[in-house]
Amino acid sequence: MPPVLEIADLKVFFYTDYGVVKAVDGVRFHLNAGETLGLVGESGCGKSVTAMAVLGLVRYPGRIVAGEIIYHQNAKKVRLSGLDPKGREIRSIRGNDIAMIFQEPMTSLNPVFTVGYQIMEAIILHQRLNRRQAREAAISMLAKVGIPLPEQRVDEYPHQLSGGMRQRAMIAMALSCRPSILIADEPTTALDVTIQAQVLELMMNLKAEFQTSIIMITHDLGVIAGIADRVVVMYLGKVVEEAGVREIFYNTKHPYTQGLMNSVPSVRGKIRDLKPIPGVVPDAFALPTGCSFQPRCSQVSKMCRTEAPPLTEVGPNHWVACWLHS
Amino acid sequence: MTENSILLEIRNLKKHFPIYKGIFRSAAGWVKAVDGISLKLKKGEVLGLVGESGCGKTTAGRSILRLLEPTAGEVLFYSHGQAEPINVTTAPPKVIKKLRQDMQIIYQDPQSSLNERMTVGSIVSEPLLVHKIGAPSDREQEAEKLLKAVGLEGDHMARYPHQFSGGQRQRIAIARALCLKPKLIIADEAVSALDVSIQAQVLLLLKELQNEFNLTYIFITHDLAVVRYITNRVAVMYLGRIVESAATEELFNNPQHPYSEALISAVPVPDPDYRVRRILLQGDVPSPIDPPPGCHFHPRCRYAEDICRNETPTYRELSPDRFVSCHLADKLNLWSFSK
Amino acid sequence: MSKSSPRKRAETHLKGALRRMQTDKGALAGTGIIVILIFLAALGRFITPYDPNEQNYDEMLLPPSLSHPLGTDQYGRDIATRIIYGCRYALLIGVAVVGIHFVVGVSLGLLAGYYGGYVETIIMRLVDVMLAIPSVVLAVAIAGFLGGGIQNVIIAVGAIGWRAYTRLVRAEVLSAKEQVFVEAARAIGCGDLRIILRHIMPYTMAPVIAYTSLGIATAILWSAALSFLGMGAQPPTPEWGAMLADGREYMQDGWWIATFPGVAIMVTVLGFNFFGDALRNALDPKTEKRI
Repeated sequence: MPPVLEIADLKVFFYTDYGVVKAVDGVRFHLNAGETLGLVGESGCGKSVTAMAVLGLVRYPGRIVAGEIIYHQNAKKVRLSGLDPKGREIRSIRGNDIAMIFQEPMTSLNPVFTVGYQIMEAIILHQRLNRRQAREAAISMLAKVGIPLPEQRVDEYPHQLSGGMRQRAMIAMALSCRPSILIADEPTTALDVTIQAQVLELMMNLKAEFQTSIIMITHDLGVIAGIADRVVVMYLGKVVEEAGVREIFYNTKHPYTQGLMNSVPSVRGKIRDLKPIPGVVPDAFALPTGCSFQPRCSQVSKMCRTEAPPLTEVGPNHWVACWLHS
Repeated sequence: MTENSILLEIRNLKKHFPIYKGIFRSAAGWVKAVDGISLKLKKGEVLGLVGESGCGKTTAGRSILRLLEPTAGEVLFYSHGQAEPINVTTAPPKVIKKLRQDMQIIYQDPQSSLNERMTVGSIVSEPLLVHKIGAPSDREQEAEKLLKAVGLEGDHMARYPHQFSGGQRQRIAIARALCLKPKLIIADEAVSALDVSIQAQVLLLLKELQNEFNLTYIFITHDLAVVRYITNRVAVMYLGRIVESAATEELFNNPQHPYSEALISAVPVPDPDYRVRRILLQGDVPSPIDPPPGCHFHPRCRYAEDICRNETPTYRELSPDRFVSCHLADKLNLWSFSK
Repeated sequence: MSKSSPRKRAETHLKGALRRMQTDKGALAGTGIIVILIFLAALGRFITPYDPNEQNYDEMLLPPSLSHPLGTDQYGRDIATRIIYGCRYALLIGVAVVGIHFVVGVSLGLLAGYYGGYVETIIMRLVDVMLAIPSVVLAVAIAGFLGGGIQNVIIAVGAIGWRAYTRLVRAEVLSAKEQVFVEAARAIGCGDLRIILRHIMPYTMAPVIAYTSLGIATAILWSAALSFLGMGAQPPTPEWGAMLADGREYMQDGWWIATFPGVAIMVTVLGFNFFGDALRNALDPKTEKRI
């Protein structure tokens, strides 16, 4: 499968009053057509900032300092990282080619407009449809995402919908222009388990129908195991491991990924003892030298303290940034 | 004091909130947040109270501690050395204040549960001050000891909560809860706001402390994986009622209530080869203001029959120590998750 | 989950507020004026060779000159000296009045907000009734009833301004009560008094503290107004409002007599207002720069 999105050596820094935060520091991965890529990491690892950079939505005082984000629009290559974040080109891509859904649907839907209006807005903006056609399209999208009585719901306001219904409406909005890439930032974290199961199922069905590639940002390894084809693990602004989903779960290489795996209990299988990663995530202003994981790593060596390990291929399509594996 | 003695007994506990409407603020209806739950908790046990948002688990926890005034029912606390239990729901304020030494709570969000204007030392030692235990220097020593017990440093005493990360703040909250040497700690989503690796640290800490201080926990959470890891018994709540309670492994392997079955099947498993069919429940949890008649779960239940729509099922002991509230519990052959 | 903002650097609330205030020009101007006022009130008598009340019929109605930089009044008293001595009265009245406002207003606000129910109803209706009576009428009535003198000015002005504090504090308490740490305090066994004083009050203080600075300015203005109307400080007290009243009859022959006390009032009020505004902005976490 050809890639639809390539990110190379991306650096996004935040210039704050207190110093520079290297939120994303040399991230490199790609997204293949039709694939679901899981982007995993804990708070502050830079996974959301990476997503925002793709859409040109990094906010002040943050800035893309270096790197390339290439979007393959049909046969054309568009260099997203070089576009003016307020310009026409990126705006025509945003929502139309690359759409995003967020964790909190209530904050990303505008409370003063009806759900239908907000979906129609995207449709009218990007496709040459008149209001009536757009309304029809909005209703059919709402039906597609499994909202009952779509003709009625289309005229309701976000607060009239339940959390799960709002997230469905967000998905309807995101997919209304049939984007080739959908970036989902913790889309089910705020939802109850039974609703999460519904929404994940819906996303996977729609992905097949619309042939959309998905970047799934989450901290939930269960969600990743269930829907991702390939996984990228991030820690403090860097990719530490990248591999196919079975490979990353059964042939885990990086000590941080291993730590994550040993930190999550499961509802199935034998009850294992948890082996948490010791310590805390370091202060973003005072990152450790060498490998950023070395202060918490149980297999640390001298080399780790002085030099950052490069991302190297240790098996077919399995990349690890760790001195143990290079 | 035997290991199997009862510490807490909850009988038909109810908490209803009035809904006010109109300019005269007359009660237009009631939210039956907790609608008659009964539980027994043995010393040294870890009980999980699980359910989705709006099921009433948090309200239940607060009503047990009488941080909310229960509408009806009894909470009996078997204090040490006393044959007669204390009825928490009717106890006068003086007795309640004394009870606070035995029953503590840890909240979900350590950001808001710690007073930002107080130093960590005064936060952790405040319970001692309030209960007039020890001299100021003793209290300070005790606080320092507790901070070390939860994995923090003694020199953190003079700092303020905002200087700590989420996980560290939760450790401070745990130290405060331990300060009075309680018998029972209610952990209300105590690890839900934490990052995966930190969550595991805190879970381990709570487990260690349980052994060290001989604690009994009620773990209120929506996270079933956490519940399975840390609890001995589980009670599943749906719309203010307990639908099933059983020993943890029993419930996870062979749920006897259709809601438990669907809930367990819906939890994502961190194992890519585990591709099991899910029971996808239709629709959302109904509003607790106007719950469905009969069994609250019937509109989403795939096994529902006429009786479920009309009659409220009783909460009954299906087999020893296993309680289910379902008309069809004897008849159904639900999924088994043991493997 | 993951936010783009890094964790806030270790810094207490107050320190952050002070840091923000250092970059605020209004705050600097306000602080400067207040420092000068306090300095003059404390040490003013060592600066000036004149007595504020001694009448000197050889030097009546002299315009500003080197020996009398702000001129003299109809009794030959040095205006600059009287203004310097007046600083004390201004500060005394301002602080005392705000003290009354603070104690009365904040306690009632805490009680109303914390207990709710009929306690709240009674207190807030009282506030409503007080608000229904025009402040001027109330202050003049009280001052008129009690008679002149600094002490009575303080009581009269003190009686009218506390209402705002009650409303402000009550609103803050209502939001504080929703905070988990307040319930956490109850869970460890804290009584009402401790919860109110130790946990809720500090939480509500930021806007109140800013308001007190603005309140001092208002109090000074009110007391000057009462003295101007002859119901406050009595002659020969060198109170600015009274001096203003003294001088208005001589506007033709000695414009300086009324003008300089007026300027003193204005500068002082401005100073406290600048300071209060800056303090409010600095303490309000919403104005904090978010990343």
